[in-house]
Amino acid sequence: MVEALNIALKQEMAKDSSVIVLGEDVGKDGGVFRVTDGLWEKFGGERVIDTPLAESAIIGASIGLALGGMKPVCEAQFDGFSLPMLDQLISHASRIRWRSRGRFAAHLVLRFPYGGGIRALEHHSDSPEAYYAHTPGLKVVIPSSPYDAKGLLVSAIRDPDPVVFMEPKRVYRAIREDVPETEYTVPIGKANVVQEGSDITLVSWGAMVRECKEALALTPYSVELIDLRTISPMDTKTVIESVKKTGRAVVVQEAPRNCSVSAEVAATIQKEAFLSLKAPVKRVTGFDTVIPFARMEGFYIADEKRIAKEIEKVMKF
Amino acid sequence: MRKTLGKFSVDYLQILDEHGVVTGVMPKITNERIREMYEQMVRARVFDETALKLQREGRIGTYASIRGQEASNIGTAFAMDKEDWLFPSFREDGTMIARGFPMSALLQYWGWDERGMAVPQDVNIFTIAVPVSTQIAHAVGYAWAMKLQKKKVASVVYFGDGATSKGDFHEGLNFAGTFALPVVFICQNNQWSISMPRSKQSASETLAQKAIAYGFEGIQVDGNDIFAVYTAVRDAVKKAKEGRGPTLIECFTYRMSDHTTSDDAKKYRDAAEVVEWEKKDPITRLRFYMKQKKMWTETYERELLERVRKEVDEAVRTYESTPPADIEDIFRYTYAEMPPALREQLEYLKRSVDETKNMGGTNG
Repeated sequence: MVEALNIALKQEMAKDSSVIVLGEDVGKDGGVFRVTDGLWEKFGGERVIDTPLAESAIIGASIGLALGGMKPVCEAQFDGFSLPMLDQLISHASRIRWRSRGRFAAHLVLRFPYGGGIRALEHHSDSPEAYYAHTPGLKVVIPSSPYDAKGLLVSAIRDPDPVVFMEPKRVYRAIREDVPETEYTVPIGKANVVQEGSDITLVSWGAMVRECKEALALTPYSVELIDLRTISPMDTKTVIESVKKTGRAVVVQEAPRNCSVSAEVAATIQKEAFLSLKAPVKRVTGFDTVIPFARMEGFYIADEKRIAKEIEKVMKF
Repeated sequence: MRKTLGKFSVDYLQILDEHGVVTGVMPKITNERIREMYEQMVRARVFDETALKLQREGRIGTYASIRGQEASNIGTAFAMDKEDWLFPSFREDGTMIARGFPMSALLQYWGWDERGMAVPQDVNIFTIAVPVSTQIAHAVGYAWAMKLQKKKVASVVYFGDGATSKGDFHEGLNFAGTFALPVVFICQNNQWSISMPRSKQSASETLAQKAIAYGFEGIQVDGNDIFAVYTAVRDAVKKAKEGRGPTLIECFTYRMSDHTTSDDAKKYRDAAEVVEWEKKDPITRLRFYMKQKKMWTETYERELLERVRKEVDEAVRTYESTPPADIEDIFRYTYAEMPPALREQLEYLKRSVDETKNMGGTNG
């Protein structure tokens, strides 16, 4: 996935000279996960900018850069360090189009690695998508595969609205697949039916899609697996159509439960497919605690066995 | 061992003292230009007084007065070129009007109608920023874009004394210094951040000196002296466009009014202090000067006031005769293209308004 993202950045930067990359250690170092590797050499320090260590100003300045005609692609080094950016994202980036009645817009992308599974320090394993998805005016995109990562990042860079692009860091290098060298896009706002099925709908996104796929092998049921790909604006149509067909749904996420994206999915199913439901919508989520360090993390992030078990319970309801 | 890094001092600029006497080097401007400056300050004051009156009458909402800060507001507008960009906070109505922002739109903005923030296409002003200091980074980013595109355009950003305590001030000025960006930082030090006096905001003797730590020049000016404000900003804008980096200008001024119409400064501020500052009024000061130079007469003043009041009254009429927005206006500008879920919410709201219109209640 790292390479796919890298190619997307290279292609868009070559195609459009207003696309610039900025963040901490994104230049010479190529980013701590090497997503921006080689960009500095290819496009120079004026377009691949190592900034001072100041997350709020990275977004704040990007708003001004966008106003001045650039298309900034910002990097926050980790999920936990995207939080100082919330003020600029929520107070300004997301609402400048609204405030200026369409005259100005924050055409920018914020990308950052999120989630657990890499045995990192505190603040390096969070899944904060709900903070961003709750904000009108922002788009929130989370790819689960290298193919989607490339196509979605291209779409995000071209999108006229501010896009928060969260990269599942534990599958950065864990999933390998052939990605076309040629240019293509994956649309924002469109979910992907990973596998069709008729008994139960399994909804997930990002890193958890891998666990969901593994769970398919542990369950005898015909599962329809949907990867949301875009958290906001969400493709509820695909989810609803599926649940109307299966009558059952399990939503799987890594993030804590309270007021999270899975609640939005469950509420939407309840509203739009109530009469089709044969069982309550089940949520398999992280817990309303801080995600533990590596030694205990395995209990927190649902594995394929827990997911398969919950599928079974919903089937037997 | 001690490392000597250089002499530590900050220039203080005053050209016109409070009696209208020239104490410094006058900028090279024509009398015609000086008269325009005076007229813009008077326009700003009449607008301000009208806005306060409208607020008391319930015809606009919360309003932040600029009284006493007209020189700090207007001097900048004259020092900027048309292509330069202004990034205001919420106490720069005077600067905005002088740069061509319609007064009727400002009234609309303060009058509960967000359509007032639709900046006209040919006016280089960014939207008003309410959260303190957040606009600093926007100006920095814009200046950065201009530098990358090799355009000779400066960005000018306003903030108050309270903003210098915030992280965004530090991050923004640090970026500007590091990348040598064409940006002018204007701190309107009006001595009060709501109820907090300047002395409780920072232990620094001046706010201008903070620039030294970021590697560029800071200057303190008499913010009630329009010639000093004009000169400092003009020099800083020129410097920015010549690629010689940013400048921090501290306009030492005073907030004559309450923080906003929702505030009562009598609760925390000594009335004697306000009386002292009244003597330093920026408009009176320029009038003294113009009188000495035979540029001002009672008739001129009367005619000017009449003309400006007419303009402001016309703006009030335009504001108050603006038809209400349609419901879709709430949703229209959230995204470039309205997502299906938002479209659904819009349709729901229209339906709901229709379904509930005969039910009485507060909106009935």
